[in-house]
Amino acid sequence: MTVESGKTSKQIRVAPFVVILIFVIMGIFGIMTGEVSRVLEQAVQVCLSCIGIG
Amino acid sequence: MEIVRKWIQAIMALLVNGSWSFPFTRTIYQGPLKVVCSPGLNCYSCPAATTYCPIGSLQQLMAGIRIALENGQNFFGFYVVGTMGVLGGAFGRLICGWACPFGLIQELLYKIPSKKFSIPQKLNYLKYGFLLFFVILLPLLVVDDFGYGELWFCKYVCPAGTLEAGLPMLMLQPALSQTIGIVFFNKLTILVGFIIWSILASRPFCRTACPLGAFYALFKKLKLVKLRLIEENCTKCEECHSVCPMGVKFNESPEDAECISCLKCMDKACKFNAISLEIAGLPVGRNGRIRSNPATKQSNAAV
Repeated sequence: MTVESGKTSKQIRVAPFVVILIFVIMGIFGIMTGEVSRVLEQAVQVCLSCIGIG
Repeated sequence: MEIVRKWIQAIMALLVNGSWSFPFTRTIYQGPLKVVCSPGLNCYSCPAATTYCPIGSLQQLMAGIRIALENGQNFFGFYVVGTMGVLGGAFGRLICGWACPFGLIQELLYKIPSKKFSIPQKLNYLKYGFLLFFVILLPLLVVDDFGYGELWFCKYVCPAGTLEAGLPMLMLQPALSQTIGIVFFNKLTILVGFIIWSILASRPFCRTACPLGAFYALFKKLKLVKLRLIEENCTKCEECHSVCPMGVKFNESPEDAECISCLKCMDKACKFNAISLEIAGLPVGRNGRIRSNPATKQSNAAV
């Protein structure tokens, strides 16, 4: 896709949108497999050994 | 622009560390916002943290992948990597420059007057090793008898975790001091080392050790928002070299993996509109047009 801007014509880069879409799909797949609850479960606990204590 | 960036850095640091009930609860925030990904490196065991750290979560998922599969749970890290990828695809390392609390801390430390040193370019590659080995492979492959791995980066390296979580938790729960040992003192040494290094050199952790920065750097060519060099306007005066906090020589490598899009080169250094911000290839703001100024053409010819 080309857009006129100032003195030069600019090409809209499609690649970033493709990349973002791929990761959105990946994220949705993660949500569907229930990974969100696992992330929450981990994030609400203090993992002392993870921060070098205990 | 630099003042705007500093404000945004401060606001982002407060947003991802927005739970201030810890002096009373003496523990971390445990609400539902913890399903939201922190764009920058911010330990989720920090008492004030309201979001999850993508690097910590990814290691947790890698370390527990065997147990999850045994229990019929397909937790491969898709949600975490998907979120990181969306952020990386949209902004790349702009996040390091605008939204990372630990980046802000390093920038403030660098303001302390002292003799300043550069960082050898070769050390930049270390962070990819941390991402590959300490965040992915070691937690995935080195497991105990029960099949659990360890969070190698969090446990043995992360100075942000020591500063934001380890030390505050020791203050909130003094009894924990009886359980600290060599691992904690090793991490404390790493933290002190990076603090001293941050006074002497610009953003050493971001440049040499941050696995999240390494992940975002993978999007250097594909990110939506990026800086662009307008070669027709560039006089090769190299002013952009001197202001870059990441040691990028922008006019020589405009798609450098280290560029955090702090805009200093565009805003402070370049007088010839040779650097512009673009979104998906389209210039934003007044920069981005080819100059017809004869002075620029003469400078170009002279160089």
